[in-house]
Amino acid sequence: MNNTQTLEASKKTQGSTQRLSGSEAVVKCLLAEGVDVIYGYPGGAIMPVYDELFKYQKEIHHVLTRHEQGATHAAQGYARISGKVGVAIATSGPGATNLITGIADAQIDSTPMVCITGQVGAHLLGSDAFQETDIVGISTPVTKWNHQITKASEIPEVLAKAFYIARSGRPGPVLIDITKNAQFEELDFEYTPCTGIRSYTPVPKLEVTAVEQAAAMINEAKKPLIVWGQGVILGKAEKELKEVIERAGIPSAWTILGASAIPTSHPLNVGMVGMHGNYAPNILTNECDLLIAIGMRFDDRVTGNLETYAKQAAVIHFEIDPAEVDKNVKTDLAVIGDAKESLSKLLPLLAKKTYPKWLNRFKELYQIEFEKVIDKDLNPTKEGLTMGEVMKELNKVTKGNAAIVSDVGQHQMIACRYAEFNQSKSNITSGGLGTMGFALPAAIGAKMATPEREVVAVIGDGGYQMTIQELGTIFQTKVPVKIIVLNNDFLGMVRQWQQLFFDKRYASTELVNPDFVNIAKGYYIEANRVSERKDLSEAVKTMLDHDGPYFLEVCVEKEDNVFPMIPSGASVSDIRLS
Amino acid sequence: METNKQLFTVSIYTENSVGLLNRISAIFQKRHINIECISTSVSEIDGVSRWTIVVFVSEEQIRKIIGQIEKQVEVIKAYYHTDEETIYQESCMFKIKSDLLFEDRQIQNIIKESNARIVTVNREFFVLEKSGRRSEVDLLYRELKPFGIMQFVRSGRISVTKQEMKITELLEAFQA
Ligand SMILES: Cc1ncc(C[n+]2csc(CCOP(=O)(O)OP(=O)(O)O)c2C)c(N)n1
Repeated sequence: MNNTQTLEASKKTQGSTQRLSGSEAVVKCLLAEGVDVIYGYPGGAIMPVYDELFKYQKEIHHVLTRHEQGATHAAQGYARISGKVGVAIATSGPGATNLITGIADAQIDSTPMVCITGQVGAHLLGSDAFQETDIVGISTPVTKWNHQITKASEIPEVLAKAFYIARSGRPGPVLIDITKNAQFEELDFEYTPCTGIRSYTPVPKLEVTAVEQAAAMINEAKKPLIVWGQGVILGKAEKELKEVIERAGIPSAWTILGASAIPTSHPLNVGMVGMHGNYAPNILTNECDLLIAIGMRFDDRVTGNLETYAKQAAVIHFEIDPAEVDKNVKTDLAVIGDAKESLSKLLPLLAKKTYPKWLNRFKELYQIEFEKVIDKDLNPTKEGLTMGEVMKELNKVTKGNAAIVSDVGQHQMIACRYAEFNQSKSNITSGGLGTMGFALPAAIGAKMATPEREVVAVIGDGGYQMTIQELGTIFQTKVPVKIIVLNNDFLGMVRQWQQLFFDKRYASTELVNPDFVNIAKGYYIEANRVSERKDLSEAVKTMLDHDGPYFLEVCVEKEDNVFPMIPSGASVSDIRLS
Repeated sequence: METNKQLFTVSIYTENSVGLLNRISAIFQKRHINIECISTSVSEIDGVSRWTIVVFVSEEQIRKIIGQIEKQVEVIKAYYHTDEETIYQESCMFKIKSDLLFEDRQIQNIIKESNARIVTVNREFFVLEKSGRRSEVDLLYRELKPFGIMQFVRSGRISVTKQEMKITELLEAFQA
């Protein structure tokens, strides 16, 4: 299919500009930004762009998801694993509103994404025309930036800005709404990438004195603790962080979105902080004398009760977004700027140190957690399967090289606690918004962005059914993702709260589930179910060995709970082991 | 936190673009904060808009809000000030029956003493305009109320700060 040549010929080319339709210009902009795959769903108001996508299908792979929410999560998965901007596209009205959950998720988790929506013709704006909805108004609070294009001539500049804003500084989602007339109209097309906007400072200038002060504080600390977040991954500062940790000898913990930036096996990696994080880093947050936060935002799921959070410690906050400094936790020193730059300036100023006694505290507490929780999760002696042992089997085969895409709930916490990671950008999960239904489509995007990597989705039976229709996308594209559903026939995490805090009144948390294996098979996806320990290891191996997408349902213990747990509103040091 | 609330005047310099009002007001809405008054206009710099928003909050809150306003792509710079740090004015208009103006001496005295200005007079009504502090406007309103006010309207606060706001330098730094 090569009508591009004839098309090319029919265009009046004048200097470096070309006469194009707005819709073709949209596709040219995507190409200029290096976009190779986009996720979307067509409809009336975006049809001219789809017509161009048809012509350019060799250059841009458009993936038809089964729901626009799936398109956003797929774009997010693509972005999270690759560091590139994910792109989703939809029609006006319901197509556009279906994007909102994914956009909100990308906003709170700082994921670079550009969403393009079609809109009714400019002459109809505000008239309640068919499938008109004020998507710019609706998406304003959940986008980093958004804009409506009503004239074809605006397309190149606005799309260039969209990509620049989405990926620069603290990344985030951008929505561009394009009226139908602007897609049909012609323009003189010329693409210049955006390199700056006068009202926008993506990366604040680093103050060297702040770095020097930080180094002095770190060098003097007796019991320092590092907590890093996704800022390290977004800022491509993994290497710098590792060097800082190793030189300064500081025990280092991570937030859920920071996971995998430093390998799990690193001797100074002391685990996850937060509500279902590890025992030692949570307890010792309230014992350290210096808390060094790097690229994290002190989410309430991390801090628990702020009144009792790290009150004894001095706090240094390395952060790119000035609005995050002193938002939740009062800092003694803020180092505002890009993590990679800050950490590389910090490194030579640090004294070479080790803290054997302090590090031992982590080991002691780990031992307690191991006996009370981890051992039971990973090496259960009871009859029912645990989510933890599924992760253990997975680790055995993947050897820490897979990317794990988890949904939201108990299985998510178990996956993040127990998955082993050797390389960065391997833990893809909905952290800030906690969006059930995220994992299946996100895994599609992640696998497409990095076909060379093993991508395994770990999902609960509840969340799975929120975007289960994306099995259709998997079948149609043959994208070889591996899907594990940990089926406890409950909305497990909510059931856990009901058990612990609502006297076991299981209001609407029990699920009567369909035959998941048959559903997968209905989509012609290889599928298997295990409910006995003796079959688990083999089943996991078969899944990973299979050449193509694969679905594995593991029937786990129905009423297991995830521990440790910081009850909501409690102090990090009141973390419970049972 | 409730106890140390006070009035703050927020001054924001922005690009002049569609939808920015929505974006900025959403930041207040998110925190369940009521905007006392808001006005927007051109500023001393060509193409740059100036916003004045008055809110009743704690300093802690306003500091966080300013951070969140400032990080919006089209916001150049945002500041907050207390009443002591600004020179501020509001303006208001009254529409009143004309016969009162001619027949009631008292009303003439009120107009004179309040430094209000008569904008227009016709056979049916006259329009009075007054600029000043909120308290002055309120006083005039109370004094005129017994005579019957046909219409009353008051603008949002506009203010300039005593301290300098270096927007031009900021914009020049970008060009460089
Ligand atoms: C879209 C959405 N709706 C509701 C919730 C609230 N919620 C959080 S966890 C959870 C239960 C998830 O159940 P399941 O997917 O079966 O996973 P499990 O906890 O059993 O592992 C619910 C309902 C949510 N996070 N997202």
